[in-house]
Formats: sequence, structure tokens, C-alpha cells
Amino acid sequence: MADATVAGDLKKTPLYDLHVELGARMVPFAGYDMPVQYPSGIMTEHKATRDSAGLFDVSHMGQALLIGPDHATTAKALEALTPSNFVELGFGRQRYTVLLNDEGGIIDDLMVSRPLDPAQDGTLMLVVNAACKDGDYAHIAANLPDNVTLQIIEDRALIAVQGPLAVEAVAAHAPAAAELGFMSAAPMEFDGIAVHMARAGYTGEDGVEMSVPAGAAEAIARALLADDRVSPIGLGARDSLRLEAGLCLYGHDIDQSTSPVEGNITFCMQKRRREEGGFPGAERIQSELKDGPGRIRIGLKLEGRAPAREGAEIRLPEGGPVGTLTSGGFAPTLGAPIAMGYVATEHSKPGTKLELIVRGKALPAEVIEMPFVPNRYYRKPKT
Amino acid sequence: MTTYYTKDHEWIAVEGDTATVGVTDYAQSQLGDVVFVELPEVGKTLAQGDEAAVVESVKAASEVYAPIDGDVAEANDALADEPAKVNEDPEGTAWFIKLTITNKDQLSDLMDEAAYKSYVAGL
Repeated sequence: MADATVAGDLKKTPLYDLHVELGARMVPFAGYDMPVQYPSGIMTEHKATRDSAGLFDVSHMGQALLIGPDHATTAKALEALTPSNFVELGFGRQRYTVLLNDEGGIIDDLMVSRPLDPAQDGTLMLVVNAACKDGDYAHIAANLPDNVTLQIIEDRALIAVQGPLAVEAVAAHAPAAAELGFMSAAPMEFDGIAVHMARAGYTGEDGVEMSVPAGAAEAIARALLADDRVSPIGLGARDSLRLEAGLCLYGHDIDQSTSPVEGNITFCMQKRRREEGGFPGAERIQSELKDGPGRIRIGLKLEGRAPAREGAEIRLPEGGPVGTLTSGGFAPTLGAPIAMGYVATEHSKPGTKLELIVRGKALPAEVIEMPFVPNRYYRKPKT
Repeated sequence: MTTYYTKDHEWIAVEGDTATVGVTDYAQSQLGDVVFVELPEVGKTLAQGDEAAVVESVKAASEVYAPIDGDVAEANDALADEPAKVNEDPEGTAWFIKLTITNKDQLSDLMDEAAYKSYVAGL
């Protein structure tokens, strides 16, 4: 129980002092000293995000720019490493993608946005996972053409605000945020501070992720937390929120061995790329698209109250093993345990009854469609 | 009745040959929101250090170990329906198990309330 925290070589985000002041329990995560929860606890934080708005420090994530002479050149350089369409990504649009290894496995998942301002064309903005950033940067840099360069951003923080009231709360300081469509991004001012705002997130709720100057991060976070609608949220609730939203956690639900088809994230592969290929591991991925993968990531709802965690074996009722859980926990919104895992594709149909082995006991579970909790991303009203 | 404590943040209230075992307020604060408690079967024989129960919070599972040797005489089944009681009343109604003590000598190695308080203060 007394898990000693070695704080020696851990990096701190620009919001570290604020986390401590707010009474956060700090834990090592991906080389950073990060808040896992605040005094109100994971359950309360989770519900605050679903009911109102939560503020997340995600400054540990990697921010970088790909810079080339024109959009097509930069987009093609990234297309060579990923299965997504960036050539046709619009100004001010954002897209989820994966870096692929030569076997079609996933090196990391990331968000990519194209600047809104045509004057900045030729640049793509990347946000990658904290635990993967050094490896990602080395991989990207080693595989770029001579006229495209990777520029790592070290002097900016990243703040996410998520929940049904998130954009309202942000728009009180940055009115232009309210005009953004889902998966769109734009530069704007937040109380006079230049920020880059994207309408996206990792909770299944409406909300934004904003890249801000490191020196202004605390002022921006304090301004938002002064709003009664906004609560600080730690990594614990971030994990339970993304699990309910059916979103993958890299290193758990997807990794170097899983393809995007097995990972059930083929939405990151647009039509042209599926057909043309030309990405690492295309042979495997295109054959999985055509014939179906041997295994696939599914969602599971457990019948009882006991949660099943990552690593638990998935079995057929009274039968043999068919897969393994990659994430699992308690879903506060549903008041029930849920899980994700990989199973042989023939057992992946919603409604299939399976068993999860926890401490030697078989817990009954059923395959269900994800997301577990309906997402509430912003849809612009049709005009 | 005498109450003892362990470094694993359990309390043991002893009355005659029966020990009621639960987790301390400090333990529940570290665990966070408890969503499930798995308790041993009545009649099970536990040796000191055996896994006696598992507490699941939103985030993780934690084991609770038998603080002393004993036979499980009773398990608090109310925790199955209301695991959050562990957060609300850990040192009262949210007791985990009652043990029939089989080795009273082990009690002398446990902490009293004052010793436990100073132990927690030093964490």
C-alpha cells in the first residue's frame, strides 16, 4: 500500500506547483511527476467531467512541428509513416493517426493538425504520447526527406478542458473557441495570450486541447479553475473517462504488435490510403482489411461488480482461452465494470458471452459495442 | 476490547478469541473510491501474511493480508452491495472479516493506536 514515490529524476510540467497547491497526489508517469487525482477523488472527478467540465494537464505529451516547403511535401512525408490522408487535410483541420512499423504494428498514436493560416502552409502540428516521444521523434526524423524537418517544441504546455460545459467555460476567455468545429484547430487569444486551440479530446465529451506558452500555463489554468464549472482532473479519471469512451491507451490497447485493423481504429485510414497503400506494413494491413484480422479489439461489459484488469485471460464459457484484456476497470458513469481486449475475430460479435479470469475465478462478460458511454462530440448545426 | 494496527494499514479489534479486521482511514484515503471488495469464504484458515481480501478501486486492485493467523468466522457481506462504505466508515461498519484467533502471541508484534498514528505521520 505504501508505494514510495521516487521523485528524483522526474520532470515537472509548468503546472506542477499548481497541482501541489491543489492537493494532488503526484505519481511518476512517463518520466513526469503527474497528478493522479486531487482530493475529491477519481469518481468525483470523472463525474465532474461528464456533468460539467474538467481541466487536465497534458503538458507531458510531446508537441512538435513538421516543416516543409509546401503542404503537399510535408503531408506526403507524414503519409510515408502513417496510413492516413494528410494531403487532403483541410486548413485548420485535425486528424488522428498512427505511426506504423515495417510490420504494420503501431509505434504510437498521435494527433496531427494543419494550420488554419495559409501563410503557415507546409507545417503540420503533431501531439504524441509522453512515453513514446523520444522514440517517435527519432523515428520521424530518420525517415524524413531532406526538405522536411522535425522541430520539437519544448516551451509550450498543453491543457485539455473537457465536458459538456467545457467550451462555454473556455469561450469566456477565448470567444473564438465556440466557433471551432469538432477536430478543428485555430490560433486565438485566451485573455490576450496567444494559444493554439483544437476542439478535440480524450474523454468522449465536447472540449478543447490548447497549446499554450509554458510561462502562461498557470495563469490560464487558474483563470479556468476560478470558474465553478471547471474542476481539476488527474490521470486516474483521465483513464476511466477514455475507457468509457472506448479510446485506446497506447502501450496497452495498441502497441508495436497490433495493427490498426486489429486495434479497430481503421477510422484513421481514409479511402485513398486504404486503396493505394504506400505506408509501412501495407501488405499486412491491406490483407487484414480485405480478409479480416485474426484478432480484434473489443469492448466487454461484466455482469457482476468485480472489475477485471489488464492481462486477464478471456475464455469461452466452459472453454479455452480466446484472448487477453488490455484495459479494464470500473466505469463510474455506468456503475459497472468494463474492459477492452483482443479476441479471435470469430468471438468478437456484440452479444457474445465470454469469461474473464480474475484471481482464478471466471467472471461472466458480454461483448458490447464501443463506446461504452455515448460520445458527445460537438456537431456544428447545419446552416 | 483492544485495537491493534499493522504497517499495511489494517486495524484488528480483539475481543476474547475473536479479531475483527478492517482497513484504516489512511488506507481508504490511499485506495481512493472503492468499487468492489472480495472477501474470503467463512471457514477458511489464514496464516499471517496470506491474502485475505482484495479491494478494487476505480484504478487498481490492492490485496489485504491476514494480520495474524486465524480462521474466518464471518465476512462482512454488506460490502458486496455497498463497497463505498469502505471509504465512508472504514474503522466501523466497513469491517472486512472476523477471525477466530489461533496464535495470540502474534498480537504483541502489532502496533497500538499511538504507535500507528506516529507511523502514519512519518509516511
